[in-house]
Amino acid sequence: MKVLKTIKLFMNGEFPRTESGRSYPVYGFRSKKEYARLCQASRKDLRNAVGFAKAAQPKWATRSAYNRGQILYRMAEMMEGKRDELGSILKETQGLTSSQSKKIIDTSIDHFIHFAGMSDKYEQILGSKNPINGPFHNFSSPTALGVVGLLSNEIETLDLVCERISAIIVSGNATVVFLGEKTEALLSTLGEIFKTSDLPSGVINLLSGKIDELAPQFFSHMEIQSICFAKLNKNLLAAGKKEAANHLKRVSDTHGLASISLLEKTIDYKTYWHPIGQ
Amino acid sequence: MKKSMQLKSTNKSTATATKKKASTKAKKSIAKKTSTKKEFNFEYDSSIESTSVVNIKDKYELFINGKWTAPKSKKYFITTNPATGKTLSKIALAGDSDVDAAVKAAKKALPAWQKLSGLERGKYIFRIARLLQERAREFAVLETMDGGKPIKESRDVDVPLAAQHFFYYAGWADKLNLAFPGKEVNPVGVCGQIIPWNFPLLMAAWKLAPALATGNTVVLKPAETTSLTALLLCEILIEAELPAGVVNIVTGAGKTGSAIVNHPDVKKIAFTGSTEVGKLITKSVATTDKKLTMELGGKSANIVFSDAAIDQAIEGVINSIYFNQGHVCCAGSRLIVEENIHDEFVRKLKRRMTKLRVGNPLDKNTDIGAINSKEQLNKIQELVKKGKKEGGEFFETQSTLPTSGNFHRPCFFDGVNSAHIISKTEIFGPVLAITTFRTPDEAIKKANDTEYGLAAGIWSEKGSKVHYVASQLNAGVIWCNTYNKFDAASPFGGFKESGHGREGGLQGLMPYVEVK
Repeated sequence: MKVLKTIKLFMNGEFPRTESGRSYPVYGFRSKKEYARLCQASRKDLRNAVGFAKAAQPKWATRSAYNRGQILYRMAEMMEGKRDELGSILKETQGLTSSQSKKIIDTSIDHFIHFAGMSDKYEQILGSKNPINGPFHNFSSPTALGVVGLLSNEIETLDLVCERISAIIVSGNATVVFLGEKTEALLSTLGEIFKTSDLPSGVINLLSGKIDELAPQFFSHMEIQSICFAKLNKNLLAAGKKEAANHLKRVSDTHGLASISLLEKTIDYKTYWHPIGQ
Repeated sequence: MKKSMQLKSTNKSTATATKKKASTKAKKSIAKKTSTKKEFNFEYDSSIESTSVVNIKDKYELFINGKWTAPKSKKYFITTNPATGKTLSKIALAGDSDVDAAVKAAKKALPAWQKLSGLERGKYIFRIARLLQERAREFAVLETMDGGKPIKESRDVDVPLAAQHFFYYAGWADKLNLAFPGKEVNPVGVCGQIIPWNFPLLMAAWKLAPALATGNTVVLKPAETTSLTALLLCEILIEAELPAGVVNIVTGAGKTGSAIVNHPDVKKIAFTGSTEVGKLITKSVATTDKKLTMELGGKSANIVFSDAAIDQAIEGVINSIYFNQGHVCCAGSRLIVEENIHDEFVRKLKRRMTKLRVGNPLDKNTDIGAINSKEQLNKIQELVKKGKKEGGEFFETQSTLPTSGNFHRPCFFDGVNSAHIISKTEIFGPVLAITTFRTPDEAIKKANDTEYGLAAGIWSEKGSKVHYVASQLNAGVIWCNTYNKFDAASPFGGFKESGHGREGGLQGLMPYVEVK
């Protein structure tokens, strides 16, 4: 007899259930049979996750670029080892053929590798040495924003989520991710990949639940500095933008963005001045 | 000018001598006096910049579609000289239909302007830069008369930087493919730009130059108390033969600004002003796809370590908070000084402050000019009053203030913590909050303890410490061993509630393009 599993949240490097005790079923593809139960994260879970992300972020940002790159590369390695598990979940919950799921997993791994090699380059690509009309040394460098909220929608596949997570964390941000319908069943497996990649606890936190319930909280939470979304419901977005305006949170539509353009949404430019003289 | 600055000694022994002799004697007596370490005070003869170079019209209309246009609202408002309270001119008040006409003109001008080759577009902007340099003195004097800032600042900072900004971005117009390699770069469309009263011409340049270089057309609204230099700039736009409608300037207050923000054909809003208004604008466009650049308030920290070059740090602190009467979004309004040098530093700071000359902004010796408006003066006075109630040691100079106009003495509150209103609120005036720290990490924590994140200063002669602290400060501009320096090539803008988007430099192009 098959053991039914409960897919728990991933926060601060651990797999807790929601504090609310709520869960909801994921069904098998075109079936009324439960595949598993998922935690329906509450607003308190989100607040806790943000707390963990905030605590982890400064240390993550001061890791060397080389080290951050190696950790992202390790994620690719760990995902390589989880191919079968990911493939089977995608097959059972979404009915993907093995070649369809292989393509998604290949692309996800490719994104981790792309950004692993970005960690020590994005500052050179986006940064600048600025020629001042006077005796000053002046340069601008991209800097992580802090805690970034990622809202993935109901149609976003695993590869897109992996791409966005990589783009967010590579510059030293920490993230709290809401996983949409296409990825929520993968939460535990993804969490295991991140947990075993030498990634410091709290840098990536994964939540499942109802977007209508959690999105407003993402936008209004004062400790989330930026929200990345794509194709978010119009009403949720408009209400969210108004909330975000209260503390001028950056709200970025990441639809269609990739690589450095995606990364650029979660950094701010810091410009340094110093006099030149004897 | 008539005469160069002359020194007049208050020392009685030299008072009867001729002026030339007096100055040589004064020099000798400085040497003598400094050797005995006694204070020696100079009094300066006034050296007033002539206003004959400016010709202020009785009435200003709106600049729409390359022409001076009377407002459909038929309303005008008065602009005054804040240093005298006297009326300078009256200015058209743009209503909704005027803003609509301006946006329509900008929209009509867009296709031809964006189709123009980058090099040709750049040439117009180069022309604007050159013409501005030609008429620099006129702009400087007008800026000082309309806004109250010292002539030495408008002459040496505002106007030259404005010209440099046009020159810098002119050169980007044909290099957008180099700025964004491998990408298709398109302008955003009609840009609505709303600017503040603290650097009127410079802010107009910061807004216009990158927008034009990237092929956008513009509707710009200067602040209601300081519209004159933006309106004078229209003469230059005409002279430069900038195609009609590429830049439209509408004057008025908040309601006019709101009409620009909410106009459906305005695709991008660039706003410089208070965080409060920035939030309102962000909310009002929440249901649209309009792009936003926000350059908002600040409560920037200036950290002085005990191993700083103290005299330079004193000058830096003076410049950080008393430059432009403290009407600077990135003003170093919080001084965080290492505990073991606090007493000596504050003593030196007081001494230096007493040398600041407050008064007629047109006087070339003036360090601190007029507060921009009665309203702003009241706000500063109100905050100082509240600050006094909350505690901390209050110090202000004994400068004699002119009897008319809006003036405020440079002052500080010492021994205030981060909960004090003086440490939290953006005062936008010559008021400094002083506190101490013991370790670099404590300084960093205190500096970051604000919802703002525009700028910060670090004073230390130890390079590794400067770099460490700079890396930990949450602010968009970090001035190390300097403060309040600006340049067209240097990106400017804030973190957190100080806004988003950059102005200046390569990064300053980004808010004005759609990159595919």
